[in-house]
Amino acid sequence: MTKAAEIDIASVSKVYGTTTAVHSISLKIPAGSYCCLLGPSGCGKTTTLRMIAGHETITTGDVLLGNKNVTDLAPAERGTAMMFQSYALFPHLDLVDNVAFSLKMKGIDKETRRAKAMEMLKLMQLEAYASRRPAQLSGGQQQRVALARALITDPEALLLDEPLSALDPFLKVRMRAELKKLQTSLGITFVHVTHSQEEAMALADIVVVMNDGRIEQAAPPRTVFERPATAFVARFMGDHNVISGRVTDKDDTSLTLAVAAGASFSAPADTVEIGQPVDIAIRTDRVTVGAETAAGYGFTGTISNIEYRGSSVKLAVSGAGIEDFTAILSDKVFFAQPVKIGEAIQLSWNAEDVIVLGRPH
Amino acid sequence: MTTVRFLGIGEPQPKRSIRLPLKLVSYMQATPLTLILAAFLLLPLLMIVTVSFWDYDFAQMYPDFVTFNYTETLGSWVTWKTYLNTLKFAFLVWVITLFIGFWVAYFLAFHIRTAAMQMVLFLVCTVPFLTSNIIRMISWIPVLGRNGLINSGLVNSGLVSQPVEWLLYSDFAVVLAMVHLYTLFMVTPIFNTLMRIDKSLVEAARDAGASSLQVLTNVILPLAKPGMAIGTIFVVTLVMADFSTVQVMSGGQSASVALMMKNQMSLLQYPAAAANAVVLLVLVLLMVAGILRIVDIRKEL
Repeated sequence: MTKAAEIDIASVSKVYGTTTAVHSISLKIPAGSYCCLLGPSGCGKTTTLRMIAGHETITTGDVLLGNKNVTDLAPAERGTAMMFQSYALFPHLDLVDNVAFSLKMKGIDKETRRAKAMEMLKLMQLEAYASRRPAQLSGGQQQRVALARALITDPEALLLDEPLSALDPFLKVRMRAELKKLQTSLGITFVHVTHSQEEAMALADIVVVMNDGRIEQAAPPRTVFERPATAFVARFMGDHNVISGRVTDKDDTSLTLAVAAGASFSAPADTVEIGQPVDIAIRTDRVTVGAETAAGYGFTGTISNIEYRGSSVKLAVSGAGIEDFTAILSDKVFFAQPVKIGEAIQLSWNAEDVIVLGRPH
Repeated sequence: MTTVRFLGIGEPQPKRSIRLPLKLVSYMQATPLTLILAAFLLLPLLMIVTVSFWDYDFAQMYPDFVTFNYTETLGSWVTWKTYLNTLKFAFLVWVITLFIGFWVAYFLAFHIRTAAMQMVLFLVCTVPFLTSNIIRMISWIPVLGRNGLINSGLVNSGLVSQPVEWLLYSDFAVVLAMVHLYTLFMVTPIFNTLMRIDKSLVEAARDAGASSLQVLTNVILPLAKPGMAIGTIFVVTLVMADFSTVQVMSGGQSASVALMMKNQMSLLQYPAAAANAVVLLVLVLLMVAGILRIVDIRKEL
């Protein structure tokens, strides 16, 4: 139906007065892929999206869409369409006129543009509401109108600014599936800003984790989750325990780090030098309780909290200089040998589950 | 043995609460405003309507039921001319205040970035209102007069050989003074409406390829309509009821309905003035009803 375009962001920065919102980021989003910009609020993900859309001027750097440098083009000339966080539907227009808005701006006659808008509304299963105003619709319906309005311009890339944040949890999951289906059927590039790692993992072909105006990691969701690049990524994606310490010893196959309180842990070999700070991550669901510990791959701690979550049980353990270490056990394993708050337990993990995390540059 | 009983000590007595039917409570809550409106709005109106049917001579009014006050008012070409003149003022002032008011409000709402600066500039707009209407009006006279600021400036610079006569005591002067007096009544409601427009709507329109002019005509103007309607009601009713501006600024050469009523009252023709007032009231109410039919202002209130 439409041609998809690769988006190439080449060392783009955004400076507001004296504060830098985006620090010279570079990113290639392949044509026809679903890309999620993920990060906490204020990390520069929305600014990045708005720079791709053309609603924010680019301080330095270039944005290329396909083979076209769009850095200085107006939003509508770029071949992108944006869906706004609050949908930004025109309250004084009915759905048909809302969807047909961009066609009206191009000067297409009323008959043609209304017919085309109706077609788009049909695609979104909204034709029954065509003569209503946006205020008379539910959140999910408004979102579909916003999608229809964005897609009627036949964009090469659709930019979505936290599209699901205004919906209730149940609808969020449903609209998420619809977005993915739509992207697959249209085949155009989607760039989706979100602060929910769950949303990003469910939707994205590439997850771009951002923090403080920089890209921490850009990779397929599985890589981001299984091999987080930095401590920030590991913490933000969740389900990881991050242990910080200094390298005390290293050889060809492994290195040893000591945390501030004295305990030592082992990790696979890395390029860090002795004496340098290093972070390692261990998945919370890869921790076992009660088994023998190989040296450097476990510790003994006191249980500070137990949360029952249905299919699993979450244990919060402190000890060996680590304040808050989480272990997630399946309910079967936990209830085979239940433990109580305040008890000391032996935690251990396998050498291959330890990930050495890089430092942000 | 004596027993001392302290008053107020012991079992706390359950407080007696007076329970009124809910319906009565609501009526009671509405009573004060109803009384005020009845005493100061409804009653005088009724009196005017009543008096408009009375008879009068040069010295006295006679309770009666006659309709010649109305037939005389509506049958005289002077009345029609005066009404047309007043409507002309209302229309001119409306067009000019709407134009100025919209752009001032637009500038304040969309071009001033910080809320603090917006408030400061808005307050600056209200500064002239710290002096009285009459003073502001009269202060135009030394500016526009035959030997006023503008004329002496024009003559001294050699642009004109004789002072321009139509600056003061003319329809121009009346409209100018009214625009000066009433523009803020247009700025305020429009500014209020524009401030409520979500800025992302403008971005969404730009994203859809709208030029600045298209954003204005397709998004901002339609959304500003309720504010414009409220401002219009203010300005039109104020101009229709104005007599001092017309009298002072036209130097008695132009007439307005309210001025006509004032003259009738100074001749002690109260019933005639009352009939005139009723006609004016009906006309203004019809105009307001017409505005409300065109624009839905409910969401602004």
